[in-house]
Amino acid sequence: MNILEMKNLTKCFGGLTAVGNVDFGVPKGIISGLIGPNGAGKTTIFNLITGVYKVTDGKILFKDNDITNKEPYLISGQGITRTFQNIRLFKKLTVYENVLIACHSNGNYNLLESVLRLPRCRKQEKQLKQKADDLLEIMGLKDRKDLIANNLPYGLQRRLEIARALALNPELLLLDEPAAGMNPDETAQLMTLISDIRPKFDLSVLIIDHHMDLVMGICEKIMVLNFGCKLAEGTPQDIQNNPKVIEAYLGVEG
Amino acid sequence: MDLYYIQGILMLAGINLMSVLGLSLLTGFTGMFSFGHAGFMAIGGYTSAMMTVNYGWPFIPALLMGALTAALMSALIGKLTLNLKGDYFCIATLGFGEAIRLVLDNVQYFGGARGWPGIPNYTNFTNVLIINIIAIIILANIIRSRHGRNMIAVREEELASQIVGINVFKYKLISLMISAAYAGVAGGLMAHYMTFLQPKMFSLVKSTELTIIVIFGGLGSISGSVLGALVLTSLPEILRSFSNWRLVIYGLSVIIIMISRPEGLMGGYELTPSSMKKLFTRMRSKKGDLPKGMEGGNTL
Repeated sequence: MNILEMKNLTKCFGGLTAVGNVDFGVPKGIISGLIGPNGAGKTTIFNLITGVYKVTDGKILFKDNDITNKEPYLISGQGITRTFQNIRLFKKLTVYENVLIACHSNGNYNLLESVLRLPRCRKQEKQLKQKADDLLEIMGLKDRKDLIANNLPYGLQRRLEIARALALNPELLLLDEPAAGMNPDETAQLMTLISDIRPKFDLSVLIIDHHMDLVMGICEKIMVLNFGCKLAEGTPQDIQNNPKVIEAYLGVEG
Repeated sequence: MDLYYIQGILMLAGINLMSVLGLSLLTGFTGMFSFGHAGFMAIGGYTSAMMTVNYGWPFIPALLMGALTAALMSALIGKLTLNLKGDYFCIATLGFGEAIRLVLDNVQYFGGARGWPGIPNYTNFTNVLIINIIAIIILANIIRSRHGRNMIAVREEELASQIVGINVFKYKLISLMISAAYAGVAGGLMAHYMTFLQPKMFSLVKSTELTIIVIFGGLGSISGSVLGALVLTSLPEILRSFSNWRLVIYGLSVIIIMISRPEGLMGGYELTPSSMKKLFTRMRSKKGDLPKGMEGGNTL
């Protein structure tokens, strides 16, 4: 069962085809990986899925609903959320506020109710704050909740971005180079974290990363992208032994 | 310096504060600069004056009518311009403010450029005070809610806000409409305080004055806006004995504050009972430095 289905997905920037005719399914309930050399179009695919870029051609189906070219906030409302390669936190706000903002979709009181501070608003505010607290607890950020996000160490900023994504109760989590700039120790911690939260929040995960030990270690299905086209798809073993992949990464044996 | 004079200045400050509060939501909390808020004040002022003078409405409904008209007008402008980024939106509002003034200059129904005398004097110290207190409570309640937090998120990082499911356009529009409604009420108060309206009162200078007060008081702080409106409205009056030099001193004091405290008087801080308590305990424990985590931490 695939939770996300890309059909013939194409994105052109002027004359450059950044992503061309990619077909790929993200299976439900496992961790999948998306790898490829620099400039292969991995992040572009994320931007297409989340609606940041408009699709030139093709279709994206999420749980069999067409989400092609929808506004980003609608797509995230359906249950897809992501992190960014260059971290995009609300830098000047505290850790707690970052998560609390993302919790907003768990409440539905309207503007008038908040102006008058009616009971429904107060009750839901309490629930939102409780949820933010719980998430920080799970992600091990509780003791730093009043720090400004920008002052967090790099690894924890990544962690906070994941916490913020989880606040939306997503079904599909897209992680764009979560281990970028991390040392092996931090990468190992991140691997445990991702494998822990996947069953806990009942997620399907799609990861872009260059750390092969991370991707090969936790992904059950991998797609390789090169120059915007799909090169290979399969289990980590298949990918490691695929001559085309080896060629793309290391060149032809001379 | 009799009581009547001081009351008059405070009322002016209160009227300014009303539109500054609205602008504070737009600029300080949603991150959009507007140089056309005098236009919304003008719409509110002329509408409410029309209601009281020509249709004999009581004061408060007339004020609300002015607010509503300003908000509807802002919705129209917002639909067209809110997709513009940063500076472009700012210039669009500037054009809008000037357009409103020039239209009013030429509408003879409202007295045109000569102005409109004979508006009843309904504004008094008590109703300015009450309206301002209500306005502050409403604003504080919005900012403490999820809607206010979403606006702050839009100010901080638009793309990330969209990804966490915030309809950026909608929250910009709500923020603009509320701030225009506040400006509309301020215009109505001003019309019934001056008992006279003239398009010249709502020129670009007025819009810039409002923006200066918001920045001077501190972006993202309601108490900063209150303080800014009180200080910057009364300053020219206090300096009246310096005659022509007073505006120079006014300008200088704004520059000095901006150099020494770029975030404004209260930037990011809020004067609430709990923050006063924190300040007090810190003073007692004699720790000079602010703890790092507190910066901007009281905006929610």
